[in-house]
This record gives sequence, C-alpha cells and structure tokens, in this order.
Amino acid sequence: MKYSEMNIAALSQLLQNKEVSAMELAKDALQAIAETDGTVGAYLTVAEDEACRQAEIADNMRAEGKAGPLTGIPFAMKDNICTKGVRTTCASKMLENWLPVYDACVTERLKAAGAVMLGKTNMDEFAMGSSSENSALQLTRNPAATDYVPGGSSGGSAAAVAANECAFAIGSDTGGSIRQPASFCGVVGMKPTYGTVSRYGLVAYASSFDQIGPLTKTVADNAKVLEAISCHDRRDSTSLPEFDTNYSSLIGKDLSGMRIGLPKEYFGEGINADVAALVQNAAKQLENAGAKIEECSLPAVSYALPAYYVLCCAEASSNLARFDGIRYGFRAEGAEDLDRLYRMTRTQGFGREVRRRILLGNYVLSAGYYDAYYKKAQQARTLLIRAFADLFKDYDMLLAPVAPTPAYKIGEKSSDPMEMALGDICTVPVNLAGLPAISVPCGTVAQDSANLPVGFQLIGPAFSEAKLYQAAAAYESGI
Amino acid sequence: MAKYECVIGLEVHIELRTKTKIFCDCPADHGGEPNTRCCPVCMGMPGTLPVLNKQVVDFAARAGMILNCEIAHFSKMDRKNYFYPDLPKAYQISQLDHPLCEHGYIDINVGGEEKRIGITRIHIEEDAGKLVHTDSGSGADCNRCGVPLIEIVSEPDIRSAAQAKAYLERLRELVRWVGVSDCQMETGSMRCDVNLSIRPVGDTNLYTRTEIKNLNSLKHIVAAIDAEKARQIDETEAGRELVQETRRYDPEKDKTYSMRVKENANDYRYFPDPDLVPIYLTDEDHARLRAMIPDLPEERLAKYTGEYKLPEATAKTLCDEPKLANLYQEAVQSVKQPKLLANLMLADSDAAAIPAAVWAELTNLCAENKINRSAPAKLLEAFRETGKEIAVLVKELGLEQVQDTGLLNSIADEVIAANPKAVADFKSGKQAAIQALMGQIMKRTKGAANPAEATALLKEKLSKL
Repeated sequence: MKYSEMNIAALSQLLQNKEVSAMELAKDALQAIAETDGTVGAYLTVAEDEACRQAEIADNMRAEGKAGPLTGIPFAMKDNICTKGVRTTCASKMLENWLPVYDACVTERLKAAGAVMLGKTNMDEFAMGSSSENSALQLTRNPAATDYVPGGSSGGSAAAVAANECAFAIGSDTGGSIRQPASFCGVVGMKPTYGTVSRYGLVAYASSFDQIGPLTKTVADNAKVLEAISCHDRRDSTSLPEFDTNYSSLIGKDLSGMRIGLPKEYFGEGINADVAALVQNAAKQLENAGAKIEECSLPAVSYALPAYYVLCCAEASSNLARFDGIRYGFRAEGAEDLDRLYRMTRTQGFGREVRRRILLGNYVLSAGYYDAYYKKAQQARTLLIRAFADLFKDYDMLLAPVAPTPAYKIGEKSSDPMEMALGDICTVPVNLAGLPAISVPCGTVAQDSANLPVGFQLIGPAFSEAKLYQAAAAYESGI
Repeated sequence: MAKYECVIGLEVHIELRTKTKIFCDCPADHGGEPNTRCCPVCMGMPGTLPVLNKQVVDFAARAGMILNCEIAHFSKMDRKNYFYPDLPKAYQISQLDHPLCEHGYIDINVGGEEKRIGITRIHIEEDAGKLVHTDSGSGADCNRCGVPLIEIVSEPDIRSAAQAKAYLERLRELVRWVGVSDCQMETGSMRCDVNLSIRPVGDTNLYTRTEIKNLNSLKHIVAAIDAEKARQIDETEAGRELVQETRRYDPEKDKTYSMRVKENANDYRYFPDPDLVPIYLTDEDHARLRAMIPDLPEERLAKYTGEYKLPEATAKTLCDEPKLANLYQEAVQSVKQPKLLANLMLADSDAAAIPAAVWAELTNLCAENKINRSAPAKLLEAFRETGKEIAVLVKELGLEQVQDTGLLNSIADEVIAANPKAVADFKSGKQAAIQALMGQIMKRTKGAANPAEATALLKEKLSKL
C-alpha cells in the first residue's frame, strides 16, 4: 500500500516505528499531488517549501520525543483559513493574492501538533455554494467520477482526501460545507458543536453558523484531528470556555442502549430513492450493532432552509463589506471617485453567487424589512433549536441523509441557484441549531458508468461528538 | 414678530481612557506614527474577531452612574453598516436597542434658574480611523480604530446656548470626576453634535431640526447655536420651509452651512453582532461599580472646607483634579491633620504619582514631629528614585528629628562654647545673632533638630549666661 493511500493511524504507526520520516511522507504526498491534481484540481496553492520546513520540524519533534498523533502527518487546509505567508484566497478574485500576516487558531494548533500542511484547497467563493463550481479560480472534480462535482463548499478538501492527495483535510461548515462534499466524495466529515473550534482566522461567511472541522478517511482519524484543533480560544468570543475534548474515548464501545431517531421529514419528497435506501440500510446495520432505531418527527425542519438563507445572507452582507478595495485585495482600475471605486471593485471582485447573497442580505436587513425577514428568521431558528432539544430527550442522536442526491454532473445545476439551495435541506438545520453532525460513507449509487459515493449523517446534541464517533465507528467497522 | 425658543438635544462622544482598545490589545492612548498602534483585529483583517474589553463596560457604567442613569443588566453590541475608507470592517460595532445606560439626567443652574436635562441613553462603541490627505494622495491611519467611545444622548430639554454650555460643562466635570476620561475638546477626547429646532414660545410641538456636526470647542458650540437659531428664525419668518439636514459651522463667518446632502438617506442595516456575546451585568457587578462612584464634587468640596477645615482655595485646587481628589480622599482616612496632608500634597508637582499610603505616612511623621518640615521633599525624591518604604528612607537619610533633649542640650552647649562672638552679639541685643547659632545646631544634627525646640533651648541657655 502506498503511503498516500494510508490513513492517519497507519502513517502514525510507521512514523513511530521510524519506518518513514515526516520528510519522506511530505515528499511522497507532494508527488501524489503532482501526479493526480492536474485532473482533480483540489489544490489552489501547493506550499512545497512550507511543507518541507514543517516536515523538518516534525522530524525534530519526534527525535526530541515530543511527537503526538498528528506529528509528521500531511494535510490540506481549506483556503478560507488564514495561513501566515501562504496566500489565502477564499477562491475569490477579491483575495487572489492576499497573504495573511497571521495564522488562524486552527493553523497554530496544527503547526504545534507537528502536522505538515501541503497546501490550500479549492472551495466555493467565500464558502458560498454546494458544488465548488462557484470558485473564481479553479474547477475541482470528484475523484470518484471526474465529470461530477465534489460537492461544496469544502469540495477541494474532500476531493484531496478522496484522491489520496493528503491524509486529512480541514474544512468549514456553514450549512453543510463539510458534510455534503464528504458524502459526495466518500470520506468522513465532522461539523463539530458551534464554539468548540475557534473561528479566529477563518474568513467569515456567516459568523453564527461557521464552524471548522476535519475531513478524513476514517472515523478514528477524524476524532484524532478534532482533538488536535478543538480548544477554548480567548480571541473568539463565541469559543466555549470549557468542554471535554476526548473525542476518541468511546470508539470501539458497543452501541447497546443507544437510541437513534430517524426523522421522517428527512426522508420525504425530493430525496433520491437510492440515497434513502442506502441510509435505511445504514440504520439496519446500526441496529445490528446494538442501537435502537425508531422513526421520529421534526416538523420544524421545514423552516430551516428559508431561515438559513435569510440569516446567512444578512451576516455575509456585513462580513464581506470589508472587501472594498481600500486596504488589501482586488481594486478595480479606473474609478473616478470613492463611490465608483467601491461599486466597481465589488462588482468585478465578487462572483455572481457572492453578489447575490450580499444583495439578499442587505435587503433583509434594510429599514422596513428587518422585522419581516431577519427577526422572523431568528424566531424560526429558536423554534428549531427547541424542537431538536425536545427530540434529544428521547434520542441520543438522529440519523438522516446528508444530501438528497449523490453528486451531480459539473454544470448540471450551476445555472439554477434555487435547485442548488434545495440540496442543502438536510444539512442546514444542524448549523441553525449549532449541533455536531458527522457524515459517514455508506455505499455508492451507480449512475451512467460511475459509482457515486453517498453518506449518511448522525446528528447529536451539543458536545455529543464522542458518541457520534462511537456510532460512526461501529458502523464503519461493520462494513 | 413671534418670540421663538430653541429645542436642543446634544449628542456627546467621549473617549474612554482605558489601557487598551475596545476589541483588541492595542494601546488606546493618543499619538504614535500612523498605523503603529493597530493590529489585524482593529484593522479588520479577514478572519479576525473582536473580543470586548471588560474595562470599557466598567468605565461606561461608571459614567452612567454619576449621570444618574439606570444601568442595564442585559446589553448587547450591534453592527452599524456603512462604507467609508476610515472604517476598515465597513461596519462600526455600536449599540442600537439595548444601550448600557438609560434614563439619566444632569441638573444645571443658569442665571439662578435650576433645570434638569434628561439623558436618553449612553452606549459604547468603537471609534473609526482617520483619513490623512497629503500632496501625494490620501491615506488611512488606523491608530484610532477601536478606541472606546461612549455616546451620551440628551433629551431635547435644552432651550438656549447658555443651557447647552452649562450642560456640557457639568457633563465634563462629572465624567472627569469618575476618572474614565479627560474630556478634552481640544484633543478630540470629547466631541459634540447639536440637534436644534425652533418653535414659538409656548408651543410644545417639535419641528424640523438640523444637526450641526464637528464642533470642537465650547465657544464654537455656543456661537453655532446662536447662529443656527437666527438662521432658522429668518427662514421661518421669510416663509421658507426648513429641511432636516446636517450642517457645519464656520466660525470665521459665524454662520452654519449645509453639508453636501447625500442622494439617499443612509440605512445602516443594524443587526446584532454575531461575533460578540451579550453583556450581562449582575447585581453584584452593579454593586461593585456603584462602590467606585465618589461623592459629587460639590459634596466633597463642602466636606473639605467643613469637616477638614481646608481653606476654600486649597479645597478647590484638590477637587479640580479628580485624580488628586481621589488620592486625598483615600489618604485622609488615615491621618489626623487633613490640612497638613493637603499642604504636603499641593506642594508636590506630581502628587498623583505617589500612593495614598505614602502621603498618609509622611503627614503623620510630620504631625508627630518625627521628621521636620523640610524632610518630606527629600523623602519624596528618594521614594521616586528607589521606591523604598518611607520608614527605611527616613533612617537611611538620617532624617529622624532629634527629640532627645539630652543630646540637643549638649550640642547647644558645644555651639555656645564654640561661637563666643555670636553669643556676645546676642547678649548685646542683636536678636538675629541667634540664627547663626541655630545654623550651627542644624549643621551638627544634619537638620534633624526640631527648630522650635532648639530655638527655645538656645534662648534659655543664653539668658542664663
């Protein structure tokens, strides 16, 4: 087996046994990228020098006996997370050549753990989209079937893991941006509880929804990465002060006594029959592993999509206002006055989807509309949070599809923003409620000549990551 | 001609003198080369997040308390969205519907007439940067981005320039008094916008108002109010309709001018800042802050001249400088001679830099004649240099006043024996000759003799000769 095909646990073992060095792994991974990324297009920036420097540090750490589970492990970072001195573009023309002067908290944590960053991955521009087709800089293809999208917005990160171009990747999830590409590409993706991974250094899309999380080949790997990046950070006011970060602790324990609900609303109209069947099948396997499966209902989920779009766009319209061409990033040529400079810079620097969401956000916040949209959406959000809380009185977690369909063909939906938005219906409720959810591969759907991966998601109450990993790992080991 | 009165409301911005800015660890004080007192956070770099400086909340609440406001138990920060090159995030973090303080007032006295001016609200917000225009182009200086401000909004209760002046003077006095700002209009740490409309005397309706911005001295505020009132009366008398607009005052011409009217009114699209958590102040927080609020300046003045029997001038000098007054207030608790304490403190050019305990100790040493009156200056100098305890310094510098009458007795005898000429002069009626003998005693005791005691002793001995 090639190094690039191995998971974190296996690589860590080799490193520990001194059968391979971090430098060798980094070089091997860079070689893998050189061979396959021409087709896949997962990376926007390959940071070769940076990776070698980091690998050297990792090897020294090991020599000094300071190695941890991620020391020397090569990974990819989504390009909306700041990396000092390595360009951070958000896949936008606006930041195409922007070099951050500081590291995100997550970047710092991974550096401190000795992980080796190979480069920055493609995404939908400013994380707005579900197919990575909204990248202003590059097209990413699904490694399982290259005519198909990898999902999004963390499509580059999911594709990089699936194409063996890194051992793990970091993504961000605002409305499904980790889980949905994980499902489309056949990898494991976790969106943790809001406030458990610092957002400091994550270029904000929608601040009250954004959460960073890992994409990996296995469930156990995923828990290890989350253990490394999750912490309290005083630089993020929404970072939670105290919580247990021992996410691996329940992996391997049996599921007897675990109660899993299947909310019927997630299996209704619009859900592809093959996808539904695969998720139902996963439910059976979890039942076989000892869990008690029961159908349940979450009617409030019908508010989720409109509430999500109103609130996200409102926050985004303000978060993205700073890209005005004054201090950094793209600036339009030939503007005669300040007003035109703003208008031209922002019209030329942002893509269509980003402009659409900024306009929508400004609209819902404007005088006279605030109560009808923003306030109403906040009320819907509260209702949804309560509805989830009620369900978690009866269930340890919920099982649902991640996306209504498997991956679709490149270009197939990109002309219809409404249809694209409907694809987020299964993922956005979790972000509205700040809950953790994991996407786990559960088979493939044959389409044309391709076998398209499909994942299911497990949704738990806040801080239930360890339990989600437990159930996901039990399913995974039963395959 | 109908008689008109003004209806004036004031919006005052005051910079809080916290150590660091409102959302990051950069220094909040004035000065520095452009863009040297800023960081990724206050420059609004992508990915950065604000963290509220708790001292800002404390300072603002203290200002609210001295201005008789109700302090919120729940408050929150909102974003005010607009584009301008001095605003790096393109939104100002401010407060919309849950300000920190509400429903306060200030009592003023103009020409013998007492009047209460309502304070609608006080909220906290961040300052913007500054645009610098040079021959080579325009630049943005972010040093001031994120400097904490309070905005104090008055009710439209003010009826004249004189009342506005009295309100602002009292506001400044009180905010300085609680030590949260120096409130200097010259440096911009206190700024004022005037909202003004006119109406016939006796009418209680409110009419179209204008806002006069960028007024940077009390003098200009008074003049601008008079000029704008006159203009509004002229317009009304001439049958022209007033427009709600922003105006600026030109002191050269003593007139207000309309500032460029924007095509469409600004819609700031306020919404709660999702990067910040709500501010909760418990009853304990309220009590803790309340305990930090001093007596009113006039109450303290009365106490100083009454209870402590300080001369009025001395008491006023102390109360004019809130830091000094608070220091005195602290030190006076542990001394028996409040007047001596005041004199010692006012004799020092930088009294505020010395801890209250040191002032109290010096006062007590003097009062008990353990050191003489010239010793405090030496001790303060040594304390500034070394920071050592006063008791230690007294010993090290040999400043203990000699109270040992036996020792003083023998030194006096020695001095009399060694200076026959001075003794003869004194005996022949030259009273001044005793000074030469005193000088010798001081020299031999290194200044540690109690002058009054030594003089008395000398006189006694000389009279017996």
